[in-house]
Amino acid sequence: MKHGKLFAVVLLAALLAAAPLFLNAYQVDVLNSIGLYGLLALGLNLILGEAGLFNMGHAAFYAVGAYTAAILNTRYQIPILWTLPLSGLTAGLFALVVARPVVHLRGDYLLIVTIGVGEIVRIALVNDIFGMTGGANGIFGISRPQLFGIVIRRPWEFFYLIWGCVALTIFLFLRLKQSRFGRALNYLREDEVAAEGSGINTAYYKLAAFGLGAAWAGMAGTLFAAKMTIISPESFNFWESVVLFMIVILGGAGNIAGVLLAAFLVIGLPELFREFASARMLVFGLVMVVMMVFRPRGLLPARGGRFSPVTLARGRG
Amino acid sequence: MMEAPSAVSSRPAITATPLLTLQGLTKTFGGLTAVDAVSFVVEEGSVVGLIGPNGAGKTTVFNLITGNYRPDRGRIEFAGTSLAGLRTHRIIALGIARTFQNIRLFQRLTVLENVLAGCHYQMRGGILAAMLRLPSQRREENDAMGRALKELEFVGLRQQALILAKNLAYGDQRRLEIARALATRPRLLVLDEPAGGMNEQETEALIGLISRIRARGITILLIEHDMRLVMRACEKLVVLENGGKIAEGSPEQVRRDPKVIEAYLGTEDEA
Repeated sequence: MKHGKLFAVVLLAALLAAAPLFLNAYQVDVLNSIGLYGLLALGLNLILGEAGLFNMGHAAFYAVGAYTAAILNTRYQIPILWTLPLSGLTAGLFALVVARPVVHLRGDYLLIVTIGVGEIVRIALVNDIFGMTGGANGIFGISRPQLFGIVIRRPWEFFYLIWGCVALTIFLFLRLKQSRFGRALNYLREDEVAAEGSGINTAYYKLAAFGLGAAWAGMAGTLFAAKMTIISPESFNFWESVVLFMIVILGGAGNIAGVLLAAFLVIGLPELFREFASARMLVFGLVMVVMMVFRPRGLLPARGGRFSPVTLARGRG
Repeated sequence: MMEAPSAVSSRPAITATPLLTLQGLTKTFGGLTAVDAVSFVVEEGSVVGLIGPNGAGKTTVFNLITGNYRPDRGRIEFAGTSLAGLRTHRIIALGIARTFQNIRLFQRLTVLENVLAGCHYQMRGGILAAMLRLPSQRREENDAMGRALKELEFVGLRQQALILAKNLAYGDQRRLEIARALATRPRLLVLDEPAGGMNEQETEALIGLISRIRARGITILLIEHDMRLVMRACEKLVVLENGGKIAEGSPEQVRRDPKVIEAYLGTEDEA
């Protein structure tokens, strides 16, 4: 990384870390929403951005994670943050089960099927499936998260919890990108036949992308349940999936910085334009159209270059 | 850019062991029989050319070998193993690598990343190893990068390692596909029209490259329309027409075969 870029990243991170000092509770809460959507979008980015699989049902995995956490917490009194790995696992397994029969579908066909999955999950939740989801009212009374003996309840406390998770995710996903696994997802996106013909088990990597992306959505679901203390099916409707899809495409599919920037714009801007009331979505839609015309590959398009001349020297002959 | 073309004059003695055996291979699409009971053998260490007019079924034979299609009848055996029912990536792992007639590179990835695809199946590191950047994972990545760079050196693209594949010149894209295939450490390399769209100079360089690949002990099966290349590079030719095999033998034999002449030039009474 060039020094100027490194400096900019450090400066931005420091500014963000200090944000609760000069922002009011409402503004910090908006940042918390941005962080949650950022986490969800980074997970979706693995599926949609890196592997090129059109998933417009990401909210389903988010919901599975949130409900797993809520049920474990309210019925079995498991501390909400402890449910984090389990809700990730549940959402990931759920994704594997639903993706297994449909993952061979291409492009728009997969898109339609995933929309269906999202709707089925939402309707199942409304219908109080297994008698555990509380129907349309959802689940309430989820306990506050506790970290190192401190109960997290105020916006700025959640801010550090959520953005800490975002930072960890960036760290892990950047490493993943620089690996055999990360490259395999890109080969899949670029040319499936050539990928299989180069010895890559394309069916396996498609499922792995779904599983990992969904696991991240599941863990974001836990954070959401902890933050709201009440969850209902309406939080996981089709529009959420659309927004996440939009964030990934708008930001630059396959680019972590781009996806986070888009999360700021898509979630943050409508809050800034609250005065315009109902017109804000109109303005927002217009901006999207203009964007897609002038920057079809996203705000920050993914660059192919994983390696610099310096890293090349590491290759031993 | 590449080494001077060396005519394939001093050929190593061919061992008679068959590496790839096709027997009674048949594939139909709807009512059309694309490949009709084709049998031939590719001996270990040889360069075999598969030729024939357009639509003769050559590429279909390739797609059957690499598992892109399933044969309706017949057997394919590679080094004593039946390839029946194996998915493509398993066949690649057994030691068959291929290139495509219409170049299929990972366009928006770098030249180096394209070649690393070939190293993929020989690596082990999973999601967790990558996220934790375990020492074993780093070692493996560095080794793979070294191997990929070596293959790029071999085909003469080392200097272009960090540019995007789509920005390569056409002939270089073909050579990159070969480098990617070589990175899978194949015993048999299957080339689908490697000289397609190449100019005379590039074709010359390709003939040199093929003989150097062969010198590494890799067996080659190729489809080609450029007869100069076929005559110089191959010691055995198999001729297909309308899905069936019409001739097999040395380039000299095949060139004189009346059936082959008819297939390529048509009979007099057709005119």
